[in-house]
Amino acid sequence: MSLLRKPWIWSFVAAGLVWFVTIMATGGASTIGLTQATLTFAAFSVIVGTGQMFVITLGPGNIDLAVPATMTLAGTVALKYMDTQDALILPGLGIAIGIGIGVGFVNYALIKALRIPPIIATLAMSFIIQSAAIATNRGLRIKPPDAMADFTTGLTLGIPNVALVALGITGVAWVVLMRSVYGRQISAIGQSLPAARMAGLPVDGLRLATYVLCATLAAVCGFLLACFSGGAALNMGAEYLLMSIAVVIIGGTAVAGGDSNVPGIWGASLFMFLVVSMLNTYGFGAGVRLILTGLIIISVILLASGRQGATR
Amino acid sequence: MTATPLLSVTDARVRFGEVRALDGVTLAIRQGECIGLVGHNGAGKSTIVNVINGGLTPQEGQIAADGAPLMHWSVTEARARGLRCVFQELSLCPNLTVTENTRLMHRGSLGGWGWRGRARAVISAALDTVFPGHGINPAATVGALSIAQRQMVEIAMAFSDAGIAPRVVILDEPTSSLDAGLAAQLLDHVRRFVGQGGAVILVSHILGEILNTATRIVVMKDGRIAAERPARAFDTAGLVAAMGSTAKAQARGTQGGRDAAEVLRLTLPRGLPFVARKGEVIGLAGLGGHGQTEALVALFEAASPAWWPARDPAVTFVAGDRRLNGTFDLWSILRNMSVASLPDLARRGLVQAGAEAARGAEWKDRIGIRTPDMGLSILSLSGGNQQKVLFARALSTRAPVVLMDDPMRGVDIGTKQEVYDIIRAEAAGGRTFVWYSTEMDEMTLCDRVYVFRDGIIAADLSGDAISEHAILAASFAGAA
Repeated sequence: MSLLRKPWIWSFVAAGLVWFVTIMATGGASTIGLTQATLTFAAFSVIVGTGQMFVITLGPGNIDLAVPATMTLAGTVALKYMDTQDALILPGLGIAIGIGIGVGFVNYALIKALRIPPIIATLAMSFIIQSAAIATNRGLRIKPPDAMADFTTGLTLGIPNVALVALGITGVAWVVLMRSVYGRQISAIGQSLPAARMAGLPVDGLRLATYVLCATLAAVCGFLLACFSGGAALNMGAEYLLMSIAVVIIGGTAVAGGDSNVPGIWGASLFMFLVVSMLNTYGFGAGVRLILTGLIIISVILLASGRQGATR
Repeated sequence: MTATPLLSVTDARVRFGEVRALDGVTLAIRQGECIGLVGHNGAGKSTIVNVINGGLTPQEGQIAADGAPLMHWSVTEARARGLRCVFQELSLCPNLTVTENTRLMHRGSLGGWGWRGRARAVISAALDTVFPGHGINPAATVGALSIAQRQMVEIAMAFSDAGIAPRVVILDEPTSSLDAGLAAQLLDHVRRFVGQGGAVILVSHILGEILNTATRIVVMKDGRIAAERPARAFDTAGLVAAMGSTAKAQARGTQGGRDAAEVLRLTLPRGLPFVARKGEVIGLAGLGGHGQTEALVALFEAASPAWWPARDPAVTFVAGDRRLNGTFDLWSILRNMSVASLPDLARRGLVQAGAEAARGAEWKDRIGIRTPDMGLSILSLSGGNQQKVLFARALSTRAPVVLMDDPMRGVDIGTKQEVYDIIRAEAAGGRTFVWYSTEMDEMTLCDRVYVFRDGIIAADLSGDAISEHAILAASFAGAA
């Protein structure tokens, strides 16, 4: 069956299983609540994960570790600028996007001009961005405009709005990756940078665009998350460092680059949230919960990569 | 012919899915023999070589060594019996030094304390024997060596003796990256080795090498042996006829003239400037590694923007080192071909599957890519067919200048003729070709030849002035 050969199917199987086990524990009482919460929280991972996926597609060594700091800075600055006024929502979003674009440019400038490996360049960049966020925020917690708070916490036809936004973003990302010239070209770069260069591709432009895209999605995610949680906090991006990478890998994207897929990010994001919910539902302590989360992630990756190895 | 064969293969059959790679091949190698193995791309040469060296177990057939049939034949077993193989795709570890690679090759016999010194002695001795005056430092990292030097190391490694003496050496396209001088040194060594009782299987597309070196010639076609005779019973025409292709006399083009429009210029720090005109076929000649590839890359970098997509591509590139800067291994044949012309096949940024497939089908026919389906993986093709895909990739762009970096490595003579014809036709249509090749014959097909020496252009030959003699003279002038 061709569906079983897709590397992303396993993250959905795992997510479905965990969902079922969790529902069982509560006797089906919280089915709708759990599903809505899962969709909401998964949406944030999906948005940052999509950006990270594009960067990972560029091949070995490409990664953006500045994602959490970018989220924090974009959320902080945008909320401070909007100052709870509904009229300033669009310019606020514009500022968040602008921050993302700027961070992406500087990231690639460090990588290219100073020839620093991406993992170091983006990590160094994240300290600078985080410091900028601290300087702007100064510990204040500014509320988001009411309209934004309502939108990010609201539902449309029973589905959380943020999940719909994430769905839209991933829909576009899927088309871009699978069908567009740009998607084809970054996949070429991921397989062999010298070969892509000698095939005449503008490799520097493409890599720059990809780092900008990743930082921009992180900034948009930071903006939404700050509005959703009632204000920007300095540590709000922290958990998305590992999360953004984990959802890409669990989703079946090749770590070595050149072979990525979008649906897997959804499966993996749902799964990651559900595992924590399940372990909470069963009343495990924090220590046990972390150990089990790690073990479950490892087994899903093993399962998915095992299938891939067999079909190639 | 009565001596017991060192190694014999009887009625070997190998299938890869639908493709019948070997269809009943029987071959015996005796002491003091050099077997020349020739045939088209995909004729089964590499497959029989892999069966002999233990890398591939045939679905049917028998292998015997020293007259005794073998139950288990593997690479390890083959090496223990003194069988060595130099592969078409170079197989040294680029991040290790020459000495360290030697240690890896002779795992069993170069272990223990002081292996570094012994490995260095073994490889130095072999290099000195095969390529006197090679100038390769065994402490150098393989990745820092030129492709010719890497091939020299690999060949020397096969002839080196660290406990188990080589008895049968298989050379698969050994001279593809070597210039004429080094190739002659190697073939001299092959004759010496055979004279001392060794055995060699020589696979080559350069028929002169085969005719001058082999004692017996085996011609393969469609997975079978089409002819097998002593070398003296063949001449070039006979060999080409046995392979089933006809050599055509090449007419030199006259389209590109001195007065045509200049399309490309490269000013080198010293020596003559490089100038290319519309419709010219320009050869870059000289000994291997004297700056030809660097000049091609410089031309490419200067004309191909790395930051912005070019609206009208100025140059396109055909790689010679497929694995380094040629193929995209995760992709299909079609995607490998179309990658350089995606903007032309797209509407509003989206690749049009129909247009892409049509372009693929057109070039599959035009350049003769042997595959049932362009959707198959690029790795399903033989080396020569992969090279055709790279040609199709470059020729299907709109770029008016095609840069070629020794693109005929490992391509059979029939395919070469087809590609030469396409190059001539495209040049007649106004395209410019800049062609680096280590094969002298190909230089005589060019309108003009720049001879490189020590990184600079030492001579500019055109028309009838292009000859093997003139090129060699310019390559060596001043060196003596």
